Amino acid sequence: MSSIKRSAVVALSGFLLACAAHAGQAAAPRKATAPAKKAASAPASALSAEFDKFRDIMEEASPAELFEAKGEELWKTRRGPKNASLEHCDLGLGPGVVKGAYVRMPRYFADGGEVMDVERRIVHCMVTLQGFKAEDLAKRPFSSEAGTPDPVSLVTYVAGQSRGMKIAIPQKHPKEREAYKVGEAIFNYRAGAWDLSCASCHSEDGKRIRTQDLPNLTTKKDAIRAFQGWPGYRMTGGLMHTLQWRMNDCFRQQRFPEPGYVSETIADLLTYMGVNANGQVYKGPGIKR
Amino acid sequence: MADPMRIRAVAKDGAVSVKILMSHTMETGQRKDDAGKLIPAHYIQQVSATWQGKVVLSANWGTAIAKNPFLEFSFKGGQKGEKIQVTWTDNKGDKRTDEATIN
Repeated sequence: MSSIKRSAVVALSGFLLACAAHAGQAAAPRKATAPAKKAASAPASALSAEFDKFRDIMEEASPAELFEAKGEELWKTRRGPKNASLEHCDLGLGPGVVKGAYVRMPRYFADGGEVMDVERRIVHCMVTLQGFKAEDLAKRPFSSEAGTPDPVSLVTYVAGQSRGMKIAIPQKHPKEREAYKVGEAIFNYRAGAWDLSCASCHSEDGKRIRTQDLPNLTTKKDAIRAFQGWPGYRMTGGLMHTLQWRMNDCFRQQRFPEPGYVSETIADLLTYMGVNANGQVYKGPGIKR
Repeated sequence: MADPMRIRAVAKDGAVSVKILMSHTMETGQRKDDAGKLIPAHYIQQVSATWQGKVVLSANWGTAIAKNPFLEFSFKGGQKGEKIQVTWTDNKGDKRTDEATIN
């Protein structure tokens, strides 16, 4: 019994070492782990440089393109109970305008009265224009061995139409500014079994989990890393994932309750992180390890 | 129904470089699903590329090839504006042919 307990403690301290214990943690274990952290930091960054090289090679032939093509077909095809295409879907730049829409979302939409990120908006269009049921779309929203849900391919297509453009997420409407504020609050909200927040791991420079360097999402320089490369094709499993999935997984990793698919919470969080990345160039759908 | 391939062919210095992305699950037949049952093998067995009616690449593939495979090769000859066709056939008899213009 006690050995089980001890190994649990070891595992937990290992996690904190990697994720870098936040300020509130007891001083003693931090001191003890400091030399180990120093020793490990050099090979880790060399390793992530190798990952970057690998990603550069893979980007040249990213399977994300296959999903862009699939998404384009879905966008233009008449589908759903109302037998309509999405070519009248307004992504914020007018009905049917896809070019440049991705780098200007999340934004406020008067017809829904809400701030929507790209996937939330696409689902909104699929429901209002094509007559799909939101509950059905939320049943299996993420890519798996069973297949790639349509919204995922659609998001990838829309994202591809903003390749090489500057991120310019609007903050004009009061609701958009409110979404940023709420998003920031969610980012810093500590809760759950491990008392973590997004900020626990993503508000300091030079932190990592295992070999993964963690971006400090509160800084201008790193904020792009929460935007770049998404939606992304994950080589592990060969699945296409969007930011909806990524946020869902962050919540899972924090031992939070599962957020609702295309919920306001996620739209707010994506507003906060997206606006912080404003002004930087988006390279289009990416590829992940 | 098989999804289309993405083919890019670029002529440079008397040779054409061809890059192909294929959409295929490339299931090995060795993996199990959530219920513990084997997922049946489903993979591309034959790939060929033709230019001016001439086969410029022919390959036999197996289960060691990744999901959504990427294939790059080059061949001599080939001019801008000419066409190249690529065909794959999988172990279930599914087939897909796509064409691209050399740039």
